[in-house]
Amino acid sequence: MDEGLRNELSKQGIFTTKLADLYNWGRKNSVWPLQFGLACCAIEMIATSMARYDLARFGAEVFRPSPRQADLMIVAGTVTKKMAPQVVRLFNQMPEPKYVIAMGACAISGGPFKQGYNVLKGIDRYIPVDVHIPGCPPRPEALLHAFMTLQAKIDAQSLTGPDRPRHLNADAPSEFPVPQFGAHDLEPPNNPEVWHPPTIVRQG
Amino acid sequence: MTEYNPYLLIAVFLLAAAGFAVSPLLLAYLWAKLFSPKKPGPDKNAVYECGLQSKGDAWVQFRSEYYLYGIIFLIFDVETIFLLPFAVAFTSLPVGAFIAMMVFLLLLVEGLVWAWRKGILTWQ
Repeated sequence: MDEGLRNELSKQGIFTTKLADLYNWGRKNSVWPLQFGLACCAIEMIATSMARYDLARFGAEVFRPSPRQADLMIVAGTVTKKMAPQVVRLFNQMPEPKYVIAMGACAISGGPFKQGYNVLKGIDRYIPVDVHIPGCPPRPEALLHAFMTLQAKIDAQSLTGPDRPRHLNADAPSEFPVPQFGAHDLEPPNNPEVWHPPTIVRQG
Repeated sequence: MTEYNPYLLIAVFLLAAAGFAVSPLLLAYLWAKLFSPKKPGPDKNAVYECGLQSKGDAWVQFRSEYYLYGIIFLIFDVETIFLLPFAVAFTSLPVGAFIAMMVFLLLLVEGLVWAWRKGILTWQ
C-alpha cells in the first residue's frame, strides 16, 4: 500500500498498518531495562525513572532486578576491569532481543579514568552497544534521548532480511566471551568481533 | 421455549476465561517456536544470575530435620504472642481465664519437653 492511499484512508478514519510496524511498535514501547548501576551515572538513571523525568512514558519503567527478564542493559557508570566480566556475564544472561545503552563518558571510553590502570576503556570492547551517550554524568534528558534513539532503531528494523532483529536471527550470537583476569590486564583485552574502533584520520 | 440449563452460561464463561488467559501464552509459545531460534549457552543456562560465576547445582539437598527447628521456633513464637497480652491483663483476669492460659502453656511446654527428650535441642 502506498503512502498516498494510506493518507487518504486515514482522512476517512480508516487506520491501516503493516504487521511488522505493529510488532515493532509493541517491541519499542515495552523495553524493560535491567536494574543495574555501576557509578554516579546510575543516580541520573534513577532520576530518569522517577516522576520528574518519568521513563514510564516510554514503556520502560519496569526495571527488572534479574537479567532473565530484562531487554535493555543501561551500563550506567565506570566499568572497572574487576567488574567487566560480571557485566558481560549479565548481558549473556539476558534473553533475546537485548540492547545496550552505554551511559556516560566512563562507559563509552573510560572517561576521566581512561589513563588509569584499572578501568575498562569502554564497554563496547566486549558487548555490542546500541546507543552511546557522552556526558559526565549525562543528564536524564540525555538518557531519554538515548532511549528515544534506541526506540527509533527498533522501529526501523525489518523482520526479515540481513538487518532483522537479533532474536529472529539464528546467526547473531547470544553469548559473548567473558574476559578473564590476566596477569596485567583482562584477557582478551577486547572482542574483535564486537569492537570496531574508529580509525583516526589526521589532517595535513 | 426449549429447556435451558442455567449452568450452561457458567460453562461458557469458564471456557471464555480460560481461552482469554491461555491464548496469549499459546501465541507467545507459537511465535517462539516458529520464528525465534533458541540460543542457549553456559551463561544463559547458569543457575545463578547475579553476574558472578555460578557454582554447583540448584538441585541441592536440604536437611529434612530442619522442620523440627521450625516447630520449636513456633512454640516460642506463639508463646510470646499470647504471653505478652496475658501479662499486661494479668491483674484483672478472672480465675477461669488464668486456668485456660495455664492449660495452653502446659500444652506448649509439653511439646518442648517432648522435643527436649528427643534430643533435638542438642546441636549436631
